[in-house]
Amino acid sequence: MNEKKINLTLKIWRQVSPKSPGNFSEYKIAVSPDSSFLEMLDEINNDLESRSLEPIAFESDCREGICGTCGLVINGEPHGPLRKIATCQLHMRNFKDGDTIYVEPFRAKAFPLVKDLIVDRSAMDRIMEAGGFISVNTGSIPDANAIQVPKDIASEAMDAASCIGCGACVASCKNASAMLFVSAKVSQFALLPQGQTERYNRVEAMVKKMDELGFGACSNTYACEAECPKGISVKNIARMNREYFMAKVKSDNVEV
Amino acid sequence: MGWLSRALNSSIGKKFVMALTGICLILFLVIHLINNLTLFAGPELFNSVVKGLDGIKPLIRVIEVILALIFIFHIYEGVRLWWENKKARPVNYTVNGSSKNSDIFSRTMIWTGSIVFIFLVIHLRTLWVTFNFDPTVHEGHRYYDAVVSAFQSPVYSLFYVVAVVILGFHLNHGFQSAFQTFGWNHKKYFPFIQKLGMIYSTLTALAFASIPIYFLFFFGGK
Ligand code: HEM
Ligand code: SF4
Ligand code: FES
Repeated sequence: MNEKKINLTLKIWRQVSPKSPGNFSEYKIAVSPDSSFLEMLDEINNDLESRSLEPIAFESDCREGICGTCGLVINGEPHGPLRKIATCQLHMRNFKDGDTIYVEPFRAKAFPLVKDLIVDRSAMDRIMEAGGFISVNTGSIPDANAIQVPKDIASEAMDAASCIGCGACVASCKNASAMLFVSAKVSQFALLPQGQTERYNRVEAMVKKMDELGFGACSNTYACEAECPKGISVKNIARMNREYFMAKVKSDNVEV
Repeated sequence: MGWLSRALNSSIGKKFVMALTGICLILFLVIHLINNLTLFAGPELFNSVVKGLDGIKPLIRVIEVILALIFIFHIYEGVRLWWENKKARPVNYTVNGSSKNSDIFSRTMIWTGSIVFIFLVIHLRTLWVTFNFDPTVHEGHRYYDAVVSAFQSPVYSLFYVVAVVILGFHLNHGFQSAFQTFGWNHKKYFPFIQKLGMIYSTLTALAFASIPIYFLFFFGGK
């Protein structure tokens, strides 16, 4: 580690509690270009703690881009300037010596702020509880090819299922809309045979819940697809709209 | 029918209304443009086309009411979506990164739409009201002269050009957006729809803009 460090000015959102006013605090740091963004925050926190100051609250878990826990808005972009990575996969070599970096929490009515950079994303869990599951018993592992799924369909379902539920789509959307997330979840089931039984009830229930929770509608700006760490395609949103229209025409639900 | 009204008032339902009315307006613009381009052929053709439409007035009135309703629904839902979508993010970002992940046309639909609305009101006042209710224009079938006199004003002509260019911006996003909303995004034909939308919006803006430019500059305002 004899590499030259880069000097950065960080403006990080600090807010003690949901109700109290927040503001940006400035931190100057010389950091290794090999450090990840979260490791840099760890360094700052170590320093703060050594001086008995309150560390910056932020979330992370796997730190390898698979769990969806991390998520910061870096210079106005969820998960930072690079495409198809989560915040934990962003490295400081992507910044230049002397850069100023603004770090803000995800902002949406449906994601109330908890502390500093942590927001409560459980609204996404509420949507999953409304219909993002299969309740028919699929039994034990079936024989290979007992249920035939064409390879391209299986791949499309897998692509949709690669959503890690991070909420960056909501954070990037000018309307704080959860359409990309919900459409990925609707699609992964709608494409596969096991998802057919509850197909129409599912999309109706999930869209209803999404609307109730205060997410915005989709304006097709496609910011979500650009910022999604998994590159979930807005074609899923088109599919969800189709599913929704079909559900409205075909399902028996007069109550929803 | 409670289910239907609930469906149309859901986030997807509201967008469906936007897209359906938007496509109707796109089709209307095609017809309106073809009609207007007859101006280039001179007074005889243009006056006889408008006179012909005057001959089927009851039908035209019905179409006008339908068109007005389409506009009203499009504007109502557009403003409602804009307002509700704003409320979905009560605290804004300090650094706005939207220019890095989306194009400006998609983010300014409410503003381009609002300018088109202001234009629409003025446009109805200057041309539609004159065509229908000005005795010399209407009874004498001197529609062409009315167009000439309207575009004699450089201010009005300039406003017209700016407004149709902004309409082009609205359509540049709106065309493909409507297909996405309908769920017609498929890798086989969506790239074609996107290109068609760009061609349609560019041609529409240029063709509409050519009319005031022609009357103001080449026709010498005479
Ligand atoms: C001839 C005139 C117009 C045409 C052809 C037109 C066409 C369209 C189309 C095709 C869309 C896309 C729908 C979708 O995303 O699914 C759209 C969206 C929109 N239009 Fe218009 N429009 C016109 C006038 C207006 C006016 C007068 C307003 C006034 C406010 C307006 C406001 C909007 C808004 C706000 C949206 C975006 C809604 C959203 O995605 O959240 N439009 N328009
Ligand atoms: S769709 Fe993408 S951005 Fe949205 S929650 Fe899933 S992984 Fe995150
Ligand atoms: S910490 Fe798990 S995706 Fe970043």
